[in-house]
Amino acid sequence: MRWFSIVLLLILAIVPPVAFITGHAFWMDLFTRLVVLAIAAVALNLILGYGGLVSFGHAAYLGLGAYAVGIPVYHATYGGFDSIASYNGFVHLGIAIAVSAVYALVTGAISLRTRGVNFIMITMAFGQMIFYAIVSLETYGGDDGLTIDVRSEFPGINLDNPLALYGLCYGSLVLVLYLVYRISNSRFGLTLQGARSNEERMRAIGVDCYRYRLTAYVISGVICGYAGFLLGNFTTFISPEMMDWTRSGEIMFMVILGGATYLCGPVIGALVFILLEHLLSEITVYWHLPFGLLLIASVLFLRGGLAGALSNPPWFRKDRSSALASDTSTAASGTATKAPTRADDDV
Amino acid sequence: MDSILFIQLLNGLQLGILLFLLSAGLTLTFGIMDFVNLAHGSFYMLGAFFCASLTLATGSFWLGALLALPLTAIAGFVVEKLVIQHLYRRDHLEHVLATFGLILCIDTLTHLYWGPEGIAVPLPAVLNGQIELFEGVVFPTFRLLIIGTGCIVALGLYLLVNHTRVGMLIRAGASNRTMVSALGIDIKALFSAVFALGATLAGVAGMLIAPITEASIGMGNDIIITTFVVIIIGGIGSMKGAFLAALLIGMIDTIGRSFLDDFFKVLMSSEAAETAAPAVSAMLIYILMAIVLAVRPQGLFPPSSR
Amino acid sequence: MSEVILSVNDLCKRFGGVTATDHVNLAVLKGETHALIGPNGAGKTTLISQLSGLLKPDQGSIVFQGKDITDLPAHQYCEAGLARSFQITSVFPDFSLLDNIALAVQANQGHAFRFWANARRDPTLRRSAHEWLGMVNLDDRADWLASEVSHGERRQLEIAMALATEPSLLLLDEPMAGMGQEESGAMISILKSLRGEKTVLLVEHDMDAVFALADRISVLVYGKVIATGSPQDIRSNSEVQRAYLGEVA
Repeated sequence: MRWFSIVLLLILAIVPPVAFITGHAFWMDLFTRLVVLAIAAVALNLILGYGGLVSFGHAAYLGLGAYAVGIPVYHATYGGFDSIASYNGFVHLGIAIAVSAVYALVTGAISLRTRGVNFIMITMAFGQMIFYAIVSLETYGGDDGLTIDVRSEFPGINLDNPLALYGLCYGSLVLVLYLVYRISNSRFGLTLQGARSNEERMRAIGVDCYRYRLTAYVISGVICGYAGFLLGNFTTFISPEMMDWTRSGEIMFMVILGGATYLCGPVIGALVFILLEHLLSEITVYWHLPFGLLLIASVLFLRGGLAGALSNPPWFRKDRSSALASDTSTAASGTATKAPTRADDDV
Repeated sequence: MDSILFIQLLNGLQLGILLFLLSAGLTLTFGIMDFVNLAHGSFYMLGAFFCASLTLATGSFWLGALLALPLTAIAGFVVEKLVIQHLYRRDHLEHVLATFGLILCIDTLTHLYWGPEGIAVPLPAVLNGQIELFEGVVFPTFRLLIIGTGCIVALGLYLLVNHTRVGMLIRAGASNRTMVSALGIDIKALFSAVFALGATLAGVAGMLIAPITEASIGMGNDIIITTFVVIIIGGIGSMKGAFLAALLIGMIDTIGRSFLDDFFKVLMSSEAAETAAPAVSAMLIYILMAIVLAVRPQGLFPPSSR
Repeated sequence: MSEVILSVNDLCKRFGGVTATDHVNLAVLKGETHALIGPNGAGKTTLISQLSGLLKPDQGSIVFQGKDITDLPAHQYCEAGLARSFQITSVFPDFSLLDNIALAVQANQGHAFRFWANARRDPTLRRSAHEWLGMVNLDDRADWLASEVSHGERRQLEIAMALATEPSLLLLDEPMAGMGQEESGAMISILKSLRGEKTVLLVEHDMDAVFALADRISVLVYGKVIATGSPQDIRSNSEVQRAYLGEVA
């Protein structure tokens, strides 16, 4: 898995710039979007995979991050709200991070009081709340969206250059992966995973899981808000549609498709998701149908995601590693290992 | 009473009734099968499209709606057999993801069959007018029909759950699944039936709204979240909670949208009020949800058995 | 003997019409192994849940090391020095045995808001985790997942986790439950090694184990403590005999 991840990151480092230089700007675009969404997926994986918290509202952070670029630029261009009007990238970045952190803290503090389905639905509802709030802001285009006239300005780097923008996004992805790697192996990370594994046990050894979950929730939100900041600079056109709950579903799917709890799982998921989306939509306008069927099939048959299948292929499943998966999937792989025995009996 | 307020209250009631029809099915499937169905809104959309097509084909809204009912039920049944059935023993995350895929499929199939445009549903003349409720207060006849139908369905559902054998199984199944199967009841058939019932209820809501908004692709995806808010506030799995919360949400949302800017104008400059009011009224039900959850994480009327 | 470390005063808990604990009074002395026995349905589990903060009593108080801890939330019971094992084994199934203990050790060392240093290479965590594992004879399985080891070994792991929080009092809820002869033998020898070192409140069905381990025994029947005393006293107590014979008949 480790080697596969390194190869994957190398491909992402080399292929898009080469494509761009050789005149295939489209692929560069596709990969930039892919890398940004991969950052969001890695952020979600921190709480979904390691924390066991199924948040269905992460697209809201993408939107908040993107509007943190769009709104200051809008005011810098058309006047008003002098306090935030700016083209300065650091201002945008600061707003993106601050707003995401505050939003995550407030919604997390409330949502994390609940469990299971309630948590899924509540995070979804909060995401939709932000969606409607932005829709109702006529000043910033409401439903129709907002064009970002000027990209964030940083000293020494020009984001109008696609290569520079991709470099920033790619560098951010590597950095975020390293960050999540460190966090997941730290004391904090172990506590978070312990809370996922057995909350009652955590309490019995004297740990209040809530504080750790909330912290992780905020970290995840901030990273995702940062991805939104990049996304805004990439698309230069932002609309509430990018924070619709179906977008949250897509990010979540990347995580699960790639393999939650695997560091690079979400990156694999994002890669497969975006490429598949692109290829299918080339073939037919009704590409959502095969896409939806693939999603359903992957839930039914692909447990542990692609990363899980890669590091532990079904045709070479050792007993010890199958126990890695959660209770339900242990039961499933139990039946899977039983199946051949039954076939033998038939013979 | 102020007649505008009265009419808005009726509108709120009408929205609440629709939300109840949607949340009843969702809360049933969750209460009994412990299943989270994101694709519930798809049956709302299917109900609207079936009704629209059949109304145009038969020339009668009544006949169209009547024929659309069994079709929606069959759609629910088929989806349950094909996909949902295999998911009951999986965890909630997998429910969410698979039904998310299902939404894409159903939306695209609808697109394939009916095309990308929405379909308007013509109403018979009887329903297409307005009724003077009392002096100076007129209200669209059709909206009264929605309220009436919703109340009848709610009553029927209440009788079904509380006073029939099936209802007893449903209630028993919600609190104790193993018990029901130990009694020798075919739990699979019960689940299919409940799922189809829930789909039909959502379909009814779709049929009722179609003449007002027209049947369109994705119409279910917006309202499903509001439905979630309803059952979260009501307490997931509780029918009574779903009913009361649906009415509450319907009222608050409608009243907020129509009167919040007037209210804000009392507090701030009218320019600021005109900017703030739409945003706040769009967020109102979510804020309400947040407040309810902050006080009672299980919702207002959590089912006692869980 | 020595001072009282845990005193339970007049503890009551009702569930609807059922009184699960009925004015329970109990004193555990420092350093002793105190066994709590009683027929099924006597309220042992309810009592131990209250003693670990998972259930709040309707009435009465729990005083631990001179401090009233009745109203503390469950996770602070552990900070106060009260650790428990569960009747139904409760470990982190997808963690290695070593990581299971390491979690308990780091919980004991204070908050875990450390985001950067690799906890799996932290010698203070690893070393003491190995020590505790060694104490319950599991060090050779350190890298196994908790879901892979036998039931008996998981119970031992639980004891080690409880010990790793360095409690002043260890609450053991039926540590021998569901074990075979050999496994309970191993468990008894582990618990024996704790005698005199740790204060233990042991809830157990296995009478051989109780009489082999306990310094004092309290008998709980229908939510009431009907007797407390040395194993000999309890063996000859007529009320206790009646309660147990009554259950058999």
